[in-house]
Amino acid sequence: MAINKEGTGFTFGFAIIMVVVVGALLSLAAMGLKPFQKENLKQEQMKNILGSVGIEVEMSEASANFDKFIVKRIMLDSDGNVLNEKSGQIATLANDGQDAFDADPFNVDIKKEYRGLASSERRYPLFICEKDGQTLYIVPMVGKGLWGPIWGFISLKDDLNTVYGANFDHKTETPGLGAEINTSLFTDQFKDDRIFDEKGEFTSIAVKKSATGDNPHAVDGITGGTITSVGVSKMVERTLKVYVPYFKNLKAA
Amino acid sequence: MSEATAELQEKEVKKSEPLFSKKNKKLITDPLNDDNPITVQVLGICSALAITVQVKQAFVMSISVLFVLVAGNVIISLLRNTIPSRIRIIVQLVIVASLVILVDQVLKAFVYDVSKQLSVFVGLIITNCIIMGRLEAFALGNKPGPALLDGIGNSLGYGWILIAVAVVREFFGSGKFWGFQLLGDSSVGSGLYSIGYMNNNLMVLPPMALIVVGVIIWIQRSKNTKLIEAH
Repeated sequence: MAINKEGTGFTFGFAIIMVVVVGALLSLAAMGLKPFQKENLKQEQMKNILGSVGIEVEMSEASANFDKFIVKRIMLDSDGNVLNEKSGQIATLANDGQDAFDADPFNVDIKKEYRGLASSERRYPLFICEKDGQTLYIVPMVGKGLWGPIWGFISLKDDLNTVYGANFDHKTETPGLGAEINTSLFTDQFKDDRIFDEKGEFTSIAVKKSATGDNPHAVDGITGGTITSVGVSKMVERTLKVYVPYFKNLKAA
Repeated sequence: MSEATAELQEKEVKKSEPLFSKKNKKLITDPLNDDNPITVQVLGICSALAITVQVKQAFVMSISVLFVLVAGNVIISLLRNTIPSRIRIIVQLVIVASLVILVDQVLKAFVYDVSKQLSVFVGLIITNCIIMGRLEAFALGNKPGPALLDGIGNSLGYGWILIAVAVVREFFGSGKFWGFQLLGDSSVGSGLYSIGYMNNNLMVLPPMALIVVGVIIWIQRSKNTKLIEAH
């Protein structure tokens, strides 16, 4: 019996077989390439962490520089108690197993922590960097922009008050408007701002309209990118707030 | 790049050989000049505008299109007697889309920084008219051999225009080639920049790509008499 190639049965059969074959091939490729892609994301994160303390490196050198400058990785709970301290090699799932992987502060996916967990159960990573004889504290953060997630890192000098540097990035903010948060024009404003006021109260750094360089607790927002600016402002505040008890303990010690 | 390709192309046309090989050779050479997908058919313009700021991006994009078009052409050509004609466009779309996803995944794994710069444009290869156009117009009616050559020819025709535009834009827009500074460092004002030379910032913006493509079309039409339309 000859197959009728224009018949409905053949058309459906062809479509089904094609979709199954294509689907199988693509998922195979995605699974095979996943380790490489994960490695890239890891290096990008290292690059971003280093960027917040003014160390600009190529992706390929990110790992080596990360090992050189980041001397300690700390994991905190929501009350500012140290859960974990790590230094040296970053634990990987393949080499060290699930428990060691989870225990490494570098591997904490703060986006997931914020999305899925109550604030008391979240873990907060903190990176300690030694650069030019200074100890710098790098706080990673995630937040919400206008269209999608925004994230970034703020580094503090060893007085645990003055900002050393910051960098931000975004997934889908509007180019030319909200997307400007990843330019140095915006991030450089954070330098030398302070997160505590004279009385030692936590004030954070607000992103708002026409803030001048004189105000140590605010930076100028982005014209036309108000919602993204507010997003950055909220992200900075809610994240830094969590670290305040730890910083106070550290200063008292 | 453009001159070298044009020369190569001239040489190959001059060698008049037996009918069969000449016909097949034309599949590769025609899209480079007489039937160029960008400058003559004016297809795939959107990606030509978007990713020609740097040569490296344009190169990776060209390679990606080469892979998708050649593989797509060959697969469609192999299946041409099996594909039900009522769903042929969907079948083409599925095959092109899977090839593009594959390319995107590979780029993300091995040239992550370039893939970040190309961002959505790799995904948009799916909607590149050149690809669907060649599949529908050529691969569906020809054997895999010619379809392979047709794919190579058309993607090279697309690629050389892309790279030519990128060379111009990167040189005048940022004074670089493939990321190497040719005129000194503009950020510290060394080299040519120390005597007041400035990068043309318009070159970095999309409108300039349109103008550069326009100039290429102008030059090509003034040289190539076959393309001059009678009025």
